[in-house]
Amino acid sequence: MRTPPQAPLTALDTLWFQVAGTVCNIACTHCFISCSPTNHSHEMLSLGEVQERLAEARELGVREYYFTGGEPFMNRDMLPILEATLRQGPATVLTNGMLLRREVCARLRELFDASDYSLDIRVSLDGFDAESHDAIRGKGVWDRVMIGLRNLAEAGLNPVITVTTAAEGVASAEGRTRFLEVIRGFGFARPRLKVLPLFRIGAEETRTRAYEEWERLTAESLTHEEAAVLQCSSCRMVTSKGVYVCPILIEEPEARMGETLAETLRPFPLEYGACHTCWVDGVTCTT
Amino acid sequence: MRLAFIGGIYSNYHALVATLDDVGRRRVDATYFLGDLGAFGPHPDRVPRLLVERGIPGIQGNYEESLSTRAGDCHCGYTDPRDNHFAQLSYDYTFANTSDAHKDWMGTLPRELRFTAGELRFLLVHGSPRKINEFLWRSTSPEPFLGKLCRDHDADVIVCTHTGLHWHQPLGGGRHVINAGVIGRPANDGRTNVWYALVEVQGRELTVEFVPVAYDHLALAEEMRRERLPEQFVETVLTGWWTTCLEVLPPKERAAGRF
Repeated sequence: MRTPPQAPLTALDTLWFQVAGTVCNIACTHCFISCSPTNHSHEMLSLGEVQERLAEARELGVREYYFTGGEPFMNRDMLPILEATLRQGPATVLTNGMLLRREVCARLRELFDASDYSLDIRVSLDGFDAESHDAIRGKGVWDRVMIGLRNLAEAGLNPVITVTTAAEGVASAEGRTRFLEVIRGFGFARPRLKVLPLFRIGAEETRTRAYEEWERLTAESLTHEEAAVLQCSSCRMVTSKGVYVCPILIEEPEARMGETLAETLRPFPLEYGACHTCWVDGVTCTT
Repeated sequence: MRLAFIGGIYSNYHALVATLDDVGRRRVDATYFLGDLGAFGPHPDRVPRLLVERGIPGIQGNYEESLSTRAGDCHCGYTDPRDNHFAQLSYDYTFANTSDAHKDWMGTLPRELRFTAGELRFLLVHGSPRKINEFLWRSTSPEPFLGKLCRDHDADVIVCTHTGLHWHQPLGGGRHVINAGVIGRPANDGRTNVWYALVEVQGRELTVEFVPVAYDHLALAEEMRRERLPEQFVETVLTGWWTTCLEVLPPKERAAGRF
């Protein structure tokens, strides 16, 4: 039987919130947690629940906060949650861009201006055009995202565009240059792009394939020092069901490390296929 | 007690001369440099020569660590390919034009310095106490996080640089984090001057003044052009706006600049 290597917790720098649970207004074919309008595996977090963990995070000296789902802007508390967070530290929201109405963007801009800390918005795209994007995200989604991006641009907010490697060729230098041009075309003079690999879990298992047995880390795969640079050595994820090791493994019962942050300040065994992807591809979910 | 802290110098020896002149007029008890002597500017041997001649103490930055170990890149900590492209141009020029004697001298510099001034324990680092190339930006370094750095590293006052932008965060109880800024290039504010930090300590009381320093930036720009350094770098010296290594900026700091 193989013993997985352990990732130490060197410092809890990054705290994630599964703020929309697994509820989303679309159902992407590559979603690693299979979010959809009907997936209530993890429920939305309330302002109160977020504030409870923020208070704990303050004591622990957390550096930055990330919000994801599901679609965060389906959570009615999202803007008050951001307001509360930005009193304490920098915040980033990961969104599919479909609910970025003009008044939402105007409020985001107010929050951006009012805080000493940075507010960042990340919008996910899955292709260079409507056809490739909608093949993964659903018919008509591209057009709605374009409206959201236009509203962000009008509000003077410059989002990071996150694209997965499901978009053909985006990981190459040429693909990257081409994508930056596409973002410029949306009206962002300073295009920002983050490329993420896919995790072979959730819906992605059906779209391509699941992890195979050999795709696991062993004690020989990496040193203790190398394990200490993986994102799980500096992050935790808060969901309605408790605190998990990282944003990826929230459907793994063993990855739930406790009810409070204080209960999760210990090493984590890197025994999942996704851990292999994180190490091999050098993934960090942060910007 | 009055202390002067000089952040990244980036081979800008014109600014270093002007800064040391300014410091000299202010009855300062001690002056320290915080690393990254090279990068960006021309003739990288001139800054270390001047620092050694004047006997100014200081610490390694990621540049000194890389140059002294003959590494292939600066380990600046950028993640965007555009940032890394310009960082590599800087590093290759600096590596090729820094003498072996200076590279070896850089290897003898400490990674951190500790001392007590008044009743406050100071810790000087380049990036952060935990990583030589960690970026401590104002908008991504909340107070609880900075307080933890002070606690974890047994310091009342942490002084750092690396980001290029100066700020001071008092944390209460005589604890402070000070990013001294840099004298290597302007602070992305449309002004051509550079900044250093002047710190006054009495007992557990501490005040910080960021001092703007004007220098002969036209002469620097001319020399950079003669050395065929990227025109984008020259533009920054002439306009005060950063044109490269921008992707690493957090949204708040990025929005304050022109590009």
